[in-house]
Amino acid sequence: MALRMNKRHTFTVLAGAVSVALVAAACGGGGGGGNAAASSGADARGPITYVQGKDNSNLLAPQAARWNAAHPTEKVTIKEQSDQADQQHDDLVQNFQAKSTAYDVVSVDVVWTAEFAAKGWLTPLKDKFALPTTGFLAPTVKAATYNNTLYAAPTSSDGAMLYYRSDLVKTPPKTFDEMWSMCSIAKQNGMDCYAGQFAKYEGGTCNATEWMNAYGAKVVDDAGKPTVDSPEAAAGLKALADHYKNGDIPKQAITYQEEQSRAAFQDGKLLFLRNWPYVYNLASTDASSKVKGKFAVAPLPGVDGPGTSTLGGHMAAISAFSKNKATALDFLKFLTSPEEQKTNMEKGSLAPVIESIYTDQALVAKYPYLPTLKESISNAVSRPVTPFYPAVSKAIQENFYAAIQGQKTPEAAVKDMQAAMQAASG
Amino acid sequence: MSAVAQSTQGSTKKSPPTKKPKGLNDAQRRQGLLLVLPTLAFLAAVILYPLVRAVFDSFKKDEGLDPATGLFVQGGSAGVSNYTHWLLQQCGNVDCPPGTLGAQFYSAFWVTLFFTVVSVVVEIGLGMWFAMIMNRDFKGRGLVRAAILVPWAIPTAVTAKLWFFIFAFDGIANKLLGFVGIPAQLWTSDPTAAKFAIIIADVWKTTPFMALLILAGLQLIPGDVYEAAQIDGATKWQTFVRITLPLVKVPLMVAVLFRTLDVLRIYDLPAILTNGGGGTTSLSMLVIDQIRQGGFNNASALSTIIFLLIAIVAFLFIRFGGADVIQRPPTSKKKDDDAPTRGQAAQVGNPVAANATSTGA
Repeated sequence: MALRMNKRHTFTVLAGAVSVALVAAACGGGGGGGNAAASSGADARGPITYVQGKDNSNLLAPQAARWNAAHPTEKVTIKEQSDQADQQHDDLVQNFQAKSTAYDVVSVDVVWTAEFAAKGWLTPLKDKFALPTTGFLAPTVKAATYNNTLYAAPTSSDGAMLYYRSDLVKTPPKTFDEMWSMCSIAKQNGMDCYAGQFAKYEGGTCNATEWMNAYGAKVVDDAGKPTVDSPEAAAGLKALADHYKNGDIPKQAITYQEEQSRAAFQDGKLLFLRNWPYVYNLASTDASSKVKGKFAVAPLPGVDGPGTSTLGGHMAAISAFSKNKATALDFLKFLTSPEEQKTNMEKGSLAPVIESIYTDQALVAKYPYLPTLKESISNAVSRPVTPFYPAVSKAIQENFYAAIQGQKTPEAAVKDMQAAMQAASG
Repeated sequence: MSAVAQSTQGSTKKSPPTKKPKGLNDAQRRQGLLLVLPTLAFLAAVILYPLVRAVFDSFKKDEGLDPATGLFVQGGSAGVSNYTHWLLQQCGNVDCPPGTLGAQFYSAFWVTLFFTVVSVVVEIGLGMWFAMIMNRDFKGRGLVRAAILVPWAIPTAVTAKLWFFIFAFDGIANKLLGFVGIPAQLWTSDPTAAKFAIIIADVWKTTPFMALLILAGLQLIPGDVYEAAQIDGATKWQTFVRITLPLVKVPLMVAVLFRTLDVLRIYDLPAILTNGGGGTTSLSMLVIDQIRQGGFNNASALSTIIFLLIAIVAFLFIRFGGADVIQRPPTSKKKDDDAPTRGQAAQVGNPVAANATSTGA
């Protein structure tokens, strides 16, 4: 089995190499250069391969079947990667570096777009490949844009929300001060007050960035220059560190990733939880959940009013080495069509990128958190759009993690953060 | 038959005063070379080439961003800057600020050494104990042997995940500590607890390996040596220190060497168990982090540094530690073979004791 797949793969690669050579021969004498790969196959149609991380909700197979029924001569083949983001990233990088034609359309995490675009691995979605984005939520489009050029089609979005125990708290807090003042309720009930995901990993970057943004900081400016060394950013980290020290944030929160924090909330040990929308269904249906019917969601709190979430989600992009780019573009349009977006929401709780779906009455009746989620995503700030994202994220993780534990002052932490980001992109 | 006879004749004629003849003529030597050539070629392809390539790459600059186009361009030659990045903590023209990978080099270096020393020492003790148990004759020995070997049979990634759940804040480790009145620990984040979490998991997994190698050594010690010691009225401790330890020294040192090299390049256990929380980022994790940040050439430099470190440690072990992984010429072996036959009754204590004192000095 593996052998056969291998052979077929080798054959595809060989066929690809031969056809590229033929195209090159046909346009003999042309300037070529770095963009030769990007422009080849612009009008070509034919079978394509779509690569995505593990499909936990079984959405992909039916989706591919719908596409294949409508496009019998341009069928799509699905390739599922592992469920670990790092491994998906590694797999894509390896294929791109080998200039492999095996992948036509790839699913890209919001934070990888700039890196892949800067390496010249993605087809810019302009001119012949222009993709209409009217009706999309603005932050999702912004996150897919690098150097004023759109490089990917947002396919799903994500924004964090505040889960709270509606049986204990009547009106959810709108500001941090309101939330901290409610911590006495938690104490009376023998539970912890607030937690997010403060472990040293990508989720820690999301949480720390949210706190700094909420206090008015900008991690990078519009040109991508680090601007995190500011009193506002330090204030955000200081709030975190202070409330970690006084116990409003339990000490185990620095070991929390998404799942551990969800478990704590579901076990009734937490009054407020910052987490992604996926928790909603699980906390209301999981057999072991002790908070069924006892919780609700609200937008994240801020300093004076609603806070800002970090933007999550995925996009689909066309590989620069794809042979059938015309088909690939049609597939992007298919993935972002309202019908597919709605199906993904209903079957897999994937947050749509199209604004109008959030006000669909039938859907809202079924998923009461949709309006809150829309507000969260509309106000969301994307993580720094930079080709050096992994290094920038590391700079944030290391320093916020030291600051929250009081190993360095918030001021020193943001100063080091800034210096580390500059060193990384230098 | 005749070929052998011929060869010995031939070679003795050519070089009688030098080393003992190997017993091969030129044709045989050529044929032998031809036979090992495929293996050599294979080793060159899978070991030598990556090694040389990594060293070669480590002197090249990583791709840099062209500010005008926002696209990456080739970096050119780097000189030794990839090495100074790690060893002297230089990021461009400035000292690497906290939060960059360069700044983590020395903490990763020391923590890796710490893991190596502590877990190998603990494993020697436990491994020796387990091996002595397994070496004894008693009912249910097969069962005990199998039970001891189970952790070694589990893939490290699975082990790491198991301990990840055990050491979770709501996990069983903290529950058990709670029974004896010790407050719950942050096993994956606290700078002290996290290091011990790694060591506990590593010792749990690899002690069986150590025990197995030591057991192999123990089984080579002939029983009459112990009988003789018993007749001489040696205590159990004397028997252990003066007979068992010296005689098991070579296999023990080989096991220690293997384990030391293993821990020096530890990656999977801390990567899954703590992901570097609490300062547990090992050198190998730093390499992978650097690759993920797109700095392949820089990562090659770090890999080369780790390679040299391991090579030096291995050399020291083999040269001075007595880890005889390479077969010595037969003269020294002969002495070992003679020892038990020569050593009857009271005689046996002497060579062994002499051996022990010589290693002590």
